[in-house]
Amino acid sequence: MKIAIALKQVPARDSAPGAAESDLQFEINEPDAYALEAALQLREAQGGEVVVVSAGPARVTTAIREALAKGADRGVHIVVDNLHELDALGVAQLLREAVAGESPDLVLTGLQSDDLGSGQTGVILAELLGVAHATLIMAIEVNGSSILVKRELEDGWFQHVTLPLPAVLTIQSGINKLRYATLMGIKKAKTKEIRELAGTLTPALVVAGPGYAPSRSKQSQIFDGDPEAAAQALAEKLKYEVRVI
Amino acid sequence: MSVLVVLEQTRGVYHRMSWEALAAAFELGLPVSAVVIGEPGEAAGKGLERLYTLPAMDYSADGYTAVLAQLIARVQPSYVIFPHTYQVRDFAPKLATRLGTVLVSDVVKLQADGTAVRQHFQGKLNSDYRFTGSGPRFLSIQAGAYRAETVPAGSPTVEPFAADAGAVCAVSEAPFRESSRAVDLTAAEIIVSVGRGIQEKENLILVEELAAALGAELAASRPICDNGWLPMERQVGSSGQTVAPKVYLAVGISGAIQHLVGMKGSKSIIAINKDPNAPIFEVADYGIVGDLFEVVPALTEAILRLKS
Repeated sequence: MKIAIALKQVPARDSAPGAAESDLQFEINEPDAYALEAALQLREAQGGEVVVVSAGPARVTTAIREALAKGADRGVHIVVDNLHELDALGVAQLLREAVAGESPDLVLTGLQSDDLGSGQTGVILAELLGVAHATLIMAIEVNGSSILVKRELEDGWFQHVTLPLPAVLTIQSGINKLRYATLMGIKKAKTKEIRELAGTLTPALVVAGPGYAPSRSKQSQIFDGDPEAAAQALAEKLKYEVRVI
Repeated sequence: MSVLVVLEQTRGVYHRMSWEALAAAFELGLPVSAVVIGEPGEAAGKGLERLYTLPAMDYSADGYTAVLAQLIARVQPSYVIFPHTYQVRDFAPKLATRLGTVLVSDVVKLQADGTAVRQHFQGKLNSDYRFTGSGPRFLSIQAGAYRAETVPAGSPTVEPFAADAGAVCAVSEAPFRESSRAVDLTAAEIIVSVGRGIQEKENLILVEELAAALGAELAASRPICDNGWLPMERQVGSSGQTVAPKVYLAVGISGAIQHLVGMKGSKSIIAINKDPNAPIFEVADYGIVGDLFEVVPALTEAILRLKS
């Protein structure tokens, strides 16, 4: 089976909010890393090919190369310098062009990105491709031309859904154990193909303004300085004001 | 200009976020109508211009997209507002795409001019979103962003709308739960909750000792349960339990919205985190910015001293 992974490179989780691009470190969006792992496990069970698709500037090749080192077979880099100027539809349109050219049986992506978190790319991509989709996937079982997936609902409920292939799934974080790239994998990745595609930008229908610090809904009392002293001050609050000691 | 709110209900029971989405809709100062798939129920008592009802059907992204697309084409609202539920996440982006527009998801504040505020970087930054296209403006409203009780009462005209669900390619089975919950966190008076900051399973002893000193139940954010360090039944958040104890003490939890929705109703929230920008501090009454590996043992000792 041929599986495409739509993967986003995002600022590292502990980045300072609003830092300049040149000061940032980047990593594979965590939910997408789980999608990649799910794809690698399906390929190990079923045979086939895993193709990584990612849109962004030149630095994105680092994320693609990392996915190749973990075991993906090929990469497609959709070259766009200003991904952040696109809306969710614009991003999905870029991916659609690249994915449609691959004709995969299954497209996997993370349920949302750690940076913008709109959680829409996979669903829009499915609509643009004209295929079925399911979100928040916890498990995948392939049965010939269809798949049985386990979806997460709210409040600890789950649901099984059967979908025809091809389909797009958005993967919930934590559904599997992420593998590390081996030295052999890293070496092999250097010779694996990364095809470049020029991305066609569509004008955004929704524009996001610059980021700013959220205003606090509560006035919090922060104890800082020496950990011992801060802990003592907090314990006294718990005893005399909150009254739980 | 008018607003259409898509309400969510399951077998006659409305999702409470439906009313929060409705409360947000009234902020726009425009006539507000709503649509429900199934019986009107409680929505028939809300201060709406009109309540559209679509024939009841089991949820599928295909079916919901098809029938709502037909209704929106008929009603021609300038805004379509959803509660940001898991179900809405599954179909609203598809519906927006079908209608040539874009959804702004997980909105925390909606201004009268249609500017929508949403959060970036797991709640560390806000950003103002503006619509530049001509299609209906699609928005989904974050849990807890608006107060359900502000929705005015009324008796709207209920208008059934016949729509064709078309072909549905996904076959959904009945929802199920993995196992009965042995731990009922909702009954706890004090909860000590642990997140990613704890780094390793072996370090959990630190928060276990703190919980023991306080007589608290131990809970966790999702990554801790995903790693198998604590059982899933101790998870607080949108995919776990929703709690409102007297004290909620969050240790090494950054406070992503999926966690906050499960605990922000707590009476006192206390946060210990090394990152002063962590969104958990936005809801905290008391906090310590510092290294939890130093702060937590010191706090446990201070509590034990005050107890004796």
